[in-house]
Amino acid sequence: MSAMRIVYFAWVRQRVGTAEEEVSPPPEVRDVGGLVRWLSALDERHAAAFANPRLVRAAVNQDFAGPDHPVRPGDEVAFFPPVTGG
Amino acid sequence: MAEARAAAASVPPRVTVRVGEEAFDLAAESAALCAGRDDVGGLASFVGICRADDALESLTLEHYPGMTERAIGRIAGEAMARWPLLGCTVVHRVGRLRPGEPIVLVLTAAPHRAAALESCAFLIDWLKTRAPFWKRETGRDGTERWVEARAADDDAAARWDLRGQDLHGQDLRGQDRPGGAGR
Repeated sequence: MSAMRIVYFAWVRQRVGTAEEEVSPPPEVRDVGGLVRWLSALDERHAAAFANPRLVRAAVNQDFAGPDHPVRPGDEVAFFPPVTGG
Repeated sequence: MAEARAAAASVPPRVTVRVGEEAFDLAAESAALCAGRDDVGGLASFVGICRADDALESLTLEHYPGMTERAIGRIAGEAMARWPLLGCTVVHRVGRLRPGEPIVLVLTAAPHRAAALESCAFLIDWLKTRAPFWKRETGRDGTERWVEARAADDDAAARWDLRGQDLHGQDLRGQDRPGGAGR
């Protein structure tokens, strides 16, 4: 119930080693920036993915989101590099 | 004659967004965009093609199913609001593509050429910087490399003065973000 769904794309996915996972961060994790710090502390893989936060973009419930965007249980939060389509 | 014109003018604008592995047919998509209406005076198209850069074997494109379609739909809506368009079509391929293969199609239809040409450029500029797609290059020697975002693409998109944080992929630095809407 308190879980968040985290999805990863491109090299962020490769560094973390999974395309998606369910996590249950503590209630102090209230925004995207806080979630990044909490995920980075999980293990070396997550730390490597977020080593340079300037290169990682985020979306909350499939809308682009900055570091101050709130996150809540039940949200789908995505992390990915700057986009390169077209 | 007057009746026919009135009937054609009542055809609502058409917006088509598609993301998938299948190839697209420029002629068929153009015909579909203009079918049943005689109010189109200009149809602009852009086709992005996989270019054979140094020893490239293929490109592999991935996207964020759901968000990608929604993001393209939103900017298509923005184009429809900014220009007097009668319709637009965006088809973006994903999966593995080899040099020479088409990647993306943008079509815009308007009564006059300026709106069609400008909105077509707007759509492809935006797609390159705001739609969640990621390209990985595979070299003929088997090496793999993620394509990096280009500052020139950001500049091209910025000239349209896109507003709205929800259109913008902000980076995750809190404190040292530059001011204003630009990156």
